[in-house]
This record gives sequence, structure tokens and C-alpha cells, in this order.
Amino acid sequence: MFDTKRLGDLALSDTGFAFDPYSGSTFTVNSTGHCVLLALKEGLGLDAIAARVRERFDASGADVTRDVDDFVAALRQHGLVGEGQADDQEHV
Amino acid sequence: MSKRPLTIAVTGLNATDNPAPGVGVMRALRADNEEDRLVGLAYDALDPGVYADALVREVFMIPYPSQGRGAFLSRLAYVHEKVGLDVIIPTLDAELPSFIDLEPELRRMGIGMLLPTAEQLELRSKANLYALGKKAGIRVPETAVITDASEIYRAHEKVPYPFFVKGVFYGATLATCLDEAMSAFYKVVAQWGVPVILQTKVCGEELNVVGVGDGEGGLLGAVPMKKMLITDKGKGWAGITVKDPALLAVARDFVAATKWRGPFEVEVLRDDEGHYHLIEINPRFPAWVYLSAGAGVNLPRMVADLAAGRPVTKSGEYEVGAMFVRISLDQVVSFRDFQRMVTMGEVVRV
Repeated sequence: MFDTKRLGDLALSDTGFAFDPYSGSTFTVNSTGHCVLLALKEGLGLDAIAARVRERFDASGADVTRDVDDFVAALRQHGLVGEGQADDQEHV
Repeated sequence: MSKRPLTIAVTGLNATDNPAPGVGVMRALRADNEEDRLVGLAYDALDPGVYADALVREVFMIPYPSQGRGAFLSRLAYVHEKVGLDVIIPTLDAELPSFIDLEPELRRMGIGMLLPTAEQLELRSKANLYALGKKAGIRVPETAVITDASEIYRAHEKVPYPFFVKGVFYGATLATCLDEAMSAFYKVVAQWGVPVILQTKVCGEELNVVGVGDGEGGLLGAVPMKKMLITDKGKGWAGITVKDPALLAVARDFVAATKWRGPFEVEVLRDDEGHYHLIEINPRFPAWVYLSAGAGVNLPRMVADLAAGRPVTKSGEYEVGAMFVRISLDQVVSFRDFQRMVTMGEVVRV
């Protein structure tokens, strides 16, 4: 599981517009990113999120787990996901 | 029971590309009460706020404070006789010392203001900001206060390049080397005199807080804002309110350390590590103050009520994500109004 305390206050519209009230920064995400963000806000771990993305999108052949991890890394860079990890042993 | 409308004079009507706060203050006041009588006090016949006839019907020219205490007070007394002022809200740094000096006389005339003391004004001056930061536990970039150009040669030993060269009231020029620093020094001295402040540049996001101090160390209300668009003159042209307890704490620490009375603006830079660096404290409302009304905490209204001796409760929560985007627009104005401002020094629109 990821440290997603900051995501709790992230305002996310249905159209993918996101506002971080702490930094005042705004972002846009596509439908895949929107799916991942919602899953993170629910507290899902990496594998569960990748499974949800595979289920909702035509992602055959893509390394979904790696792509989700890259997206989370981008969120970390913006301070939206913390550096720490919960006890998710599957995440390396 | 509804309150009697107030007659409130506001200065700082030069809403140009480097806008003064007066129009924003008046808009906030008008947004809260259509019945208040707003009076403009202008230093120039072409100050754009003079012609904002939807906001203000009466405008009077006032002399620059440098023309003398007597002239300044005499003109304010004339305006008071004409309209019966309850409150004056000054919005310009350069006039504040004069208004602070005249506060007792104006109060005897029945005119209220909510201003810091002369000592408090000096505590947060650019020349003293570094010391204030140390006292209040707030980081301030390395600073030197100089009065002679020769001091610049070795200034970089304490204040590394690049650094800003600032006048006591306005202006900041970035200098990356000795030549640029010298040139900026002489320009500042020509405009504002000495001392001149050198402050090392810190990289980070610009954030501001507008607030009101109660004069006893308490913060009555505050709204923090992050600039979203900055002009080439460094002015915020769009901004959004943010939820930033650490930034509000900087404002709280400032009012506690100074027992600040009245409006203020704190300017900070937040670096990549999340540390706040205090850049400046302005002793009046900023040009973007109308956003405070937009965010549900009408700070100009709070100041007007307090200045009029009315009770005010500490403000509640402001709306996070309230946004402003500034616009330049052309006012088609009455030539008659311009004529009267130039020849008579006042305009009264019915």
C-alpha cells in the first residue's frame, strides 16, 4: 500500500481535472490516470491497481504494473504520494 | 437591526500594470454592502480607479505626503467636511507614515483607521526584516542593508549572488554581478534614497498571505494564495487560495512577534524541501485582496468595521480553491470628470 494521505484532499473531477489544495497545483489526467488515482484514494496496492486497470482497459501486452508504478512515481515527484510504504511486501 | 452605512475613503487608485490595492479594497467593501458611501482619494487625475463609477461616486485629489503634514491634514479635513468620513483605509506604503502620524487628529475629527504603530511599521521594514525573522523564528534570505555604493564590493561575502537590490518602499532588481548591482543601487537611490537592501535570491514557489492583526498578537483572519500567473514585472495576475497550515503559521508568527494592528501581506518563497523563506511583509492590503472576499473572508470589510469601532468576530474558514484572474480593460470615461479632477481636484458623480 502507498502513503496516500495527501490524496485524501485531492479534488478530482470526473473529467480528470485535479486540484491539490496544499500546493495550489492543478493537473489533468487521462482516463487511465483517473482510474489509478481513484484506486489509490481507495487505498489499493500496486498489484490490485494494475488488476483494475487491466480489467477496465484494453491493456493486453502492456506491462501495466510497471506503468502504474511509473505513474505513482510521478505523483511522488509532485508530493501527492509519500515516500514511505505501508506493509505491502509485493512492492519493490 | 441593520447597521448604518459607513462613509469609507480609500487610497491607492492607480490600478495600472503595477496595480495599487485601492480598487480591490473598494470592490470587497462594495460586495458586502451596497449602501456604504465609498470615497476615493487619488494622487493623480489619471489614476484609473477615479473613473470606476460603478464603485465610487466621489473622488478627491490629495497632496503627496512629501508636500507636508499641514497640507495633507488640511486636505483630509476638507474631504471630511464635504462627505463626513467614518473611516479611511490607506493602501500605499509611502503614505502610511503620514497617516499613522495623523491618526490622533483624525480620530478627534471622528475618522477611524486601523493602522500599525510607527514602531511596528519599522519592525517589518525591509531593512529590519532579517532581525524580525530571527525573532519570530521565520527563515529570511541573507540580507545586507547598505547606504553607500562602496559596500557592494564585498556584499557578496554575506549575501551571495544573485541577489535582489531593493528600495525601502518598492522595487526589486536582480543583480547577478557587481556591475548589475552597482547600476541597480544607483537607480534605487535616485528613486527612493537610502538605505538600500540586498537580499539573496531564493528559488521556489511564490506564496502570499493577506491578513488582519488585532493589535494584541492575534490573527483575526487570513487567506493564503499561490500565484498561478506572474507578469514580467513580477506581479501576480492569477492566483488560487491554498490549504497550507504552515504558511498560515508564518502569518501567525509575524502578528504574534509584532502585535501587528491592521492589514498586512506576507510574501514567501517555498523551496523544494518545503521550507518557507520570508521575502517581504507589506504593511497594507495587497492588490489581490478582493480574492479574500471571493473566498468568503472579506478582510477589507473587517478592517472598515474595526476602524469604525464596530465589534468583529474572528473569521471562519476561507474557501480553498477560490481563484482570481486579473483583467485589463478600457474604461470609457467622462471627459467632464477628467476636467474636474484636473481643475478642481475632485469629482462628484450623481
